[in-house]
Amino acid sequence: MAYKQYVLVCSGTACESSKSKDLIQNLNDEVRKAGLANDVQVVKTGCFGFCEKGPIVKVLPEETFYVQVKPADAAEIVAEHLVKGRPVSRLLYDAAQSKAHAKLEDIQFYQKQVRIVLRNCGVIDPDSIDEYIARDGYVALEKVLFEMSADDVINELKKSGLRGRGGAGFPTWRKWQFTKDVPGDEKYIMCNADEGDPGAYMDRSTLEGDPHSVLEAMMIAGFTCGSSKGVIYIRAEYPLAIERLNTAIAKAKDYGLMGEKILGTDFSFDIEIRLGAGAFVCGEETALIASTEGGRGMPKPRPPFPAVKGLWNKPTVINNVETWASIPVIIMRGGDWYARIGTETSKGTKVFALTGKINNSGLVEVPMGTTLREIIYGIGGGIKGGKAFKAVQTGGPSGGLIPAQYLDTPIDYENLQKLGSIVGSGGMIVMDEDDCVVDITRFYLDFSVDESCGKCAPCRIGGRTLLNLLDKVANGNGTVADVEQMQTLSHAMQRASLCGLGQTTPNPVLSVIRHFKDELMEHIDHKHCPAGKCKNLVRFTIDPDACIGCTVCARRCPVSCISGERKVVHVIDQSRCVKCGACLEACKFGAVLKS
Amino acid sequence: MTLEGLRKLREEKQQALAQRDAGEGSIEVIIGMGTCGIAAGAKETFSAMVDEISRLRLGNVVVKQTGCMGLCASEPSVEVVVPGMPGVVYGKVDAAIGRRIVNSHIVKGELVGEYLFDKPAADIMK
Repeated sequence: MAYKQYVLVCSGTACESSKSKDLIQNLNDEVRKAGLANDVQVVKTGCFGFCEKGPIVKVLPEETFYVQVKPADAAEIVAEHLVKGRPVSRLLYDAAQSKAHAKLEDIQFYQKQVRIVLRNCGVIDPDSIDEYIARDGYVALEKVLFEMSADDVINELKKSGLRGRGGAGFPTWRKWQFTKDVPGDEKYIMCNADEGDPGAYMDRSTLEGDPHSVLEAMMIAGFTCGSSKGVIYIRAEYPLAIERLNTAIAKAKDYGLMGEKILGTDFSFDIEIRLGAGAFVCGEETALIASTEGGRGMPKPRPPFPAVKGLWNKPTVINNVETWASIPVIIMRGGDWYARIGTETSKGTKVFALTGKINNSGLVEVPMGTTLREIIYGIGGGIKGGKAFKAVQTGGPSGGLIPAQYLDTPIDYENLQKLGSIVGSGGMIVMDEDDCVVDITRFYLDFSVDESCGKCAPCRIGGRTLLNLLDKVANGNGTVADVEQMQTLSHAMQRASLCGLGQTTPNPVLSVIRHFKDELMEHIDHKHCPAGKCKNLVRFTIDPDACIGCTVCARRCPVSCISGERKVVHVIDQSRCVKCGACLEACKFGAVLKS
Repeated sequence: MTLEGLRKLREEKQQALAQRDAGEGSIEVIIGMGTCGIAAGAKETFSAMVDEISRLRLGNVVVKQTGCMGLCASEPSVEVVVPGMPGVVYGKVDAAIGRRIVNSHIVKGELVGEYLFDKPAADIMK
């Protein structure tokens, strides 16, 4: 027995209180009366997260979404929708009206996504080459080897408008063209899988879920640019991805889809895996090459670009995992198909790793041009605990904070740059009202300073000095002159640093000065941290009128700096307090005050 | 392998998939086993569901692993595709819920409502 349709009724607490129980009862009665008991199942589900419009009813498989359904509406839904197939329009959720709602719509985690890069992730068994082949795997390679010339391939990429997904957004076809045009028979194709941004993990997931798509694309590049050797540079912290890549390479070789004379043609290609030790700077292409060659991972000035003089001083195409995974589909469907998705200057889809204070944290792939609001509220399901949205950091430590007034900005390379951030590798960290922008910026800056390779002075010294200045602000010793100096330093670093790491290190600082000047100045002018995150600006005290002397806070304090006897007002010793806030959480009488 | 060999293999595999979609093939249970899923306990879910299926002697069910489904907030995630029923994705499936899904969804054709997350994304390959 299998049901053909499902009527999902929300039975979260909020909907339950608006009579979802009676509704389920009535729906079941009506379904039985209509003789549909064997075809339709009425299911009680968890909260859809849209309580103000409850009770919510969703009909599968057609995804019809009804709101504010009353028990009396059951008959109509069954008679009209389930029997005659006509949705009850007066109960339908008005999507146009929803845009005005800053609050949460229904959860549509998957339905709003366009999964091109992730087309096989979560669908096929990554260890099975047969399943990849069944989903048109290696069709693109076939097409390239038997029907296309190198110029045809580059032309398709050009039409597709694909730009590098690793951060800088350089047109992929141009990289390939440069390498193809350099004479010589020893060239390299590299995959940059040194994903290092805190909070970004799309490359890992792609390699773990669909390793063959990257291998196939690298072979296509090998054919196009005249190379027979590929190298995947991947961080050693990704053991599962490495294991699955190794399995995929072995199976592809076993099938004759990699190695000598692929599919009986004259084209041969081999791929080797190199493990990185996890330095952030090795994601920069010249540092990545140095590390692959066995040298210290440090960038070199460009030009010469790797496309001309890369690995072992030979022409080298380097693309990021996500870029590679897009390519087989572009070849299969054509560049024009791909170019229809996205915006004028940024084509196709982008995978974002949605993390932070968000309900549905996860990996989402959307067309370029999707708004931040759509991703955060539509797919991400809004902010945890119903708190207020404060900002989103895109592009990790190289990006910047984007405040609430820009939530409706369509995401593409240019728009985010205008806001002082970048698309970057696609990390998207959501912050709520409890987060302090100074504190967060210190976190990112600290990361960049740690990861600076130290080769060039602007990054090595500039980054450290910026961090010291920001520490000063966070400790309540900042001055207006410090802010000016931060700005000057930032601009110098952007212009004078050798590689992308140093050039983008100041981005978080500049975005705070630009978008959150008030909050920054509050730290300086009033030595006050509005979010209460900067430890040295926070003070915990006990209100003598409210304290009943229950001793709970004293017992909870990790440094035992609260003194007082049972039924006697307690006191916090400020000189020893570590500002952990445990007393505040512990007190049931609201006697602990935070200021 | 030759070009013909590759094409033949692909055709065979695609036919098997089409059969499943037409409601003739076997039931599929697909478990997200990227690093994130495994960290959240997908391996335990996997063995529990395999165990329950063999305990109930269900011959027509295939349990397989896949990569990350992207649903990090609700790992481990499991997709269940029963021929003739809409495919659905469950979230937060631990071993016990896995066994419940086998008994309820696969045996009786009844969805386990509380853990139902969404239906799978539109497939660009189709």
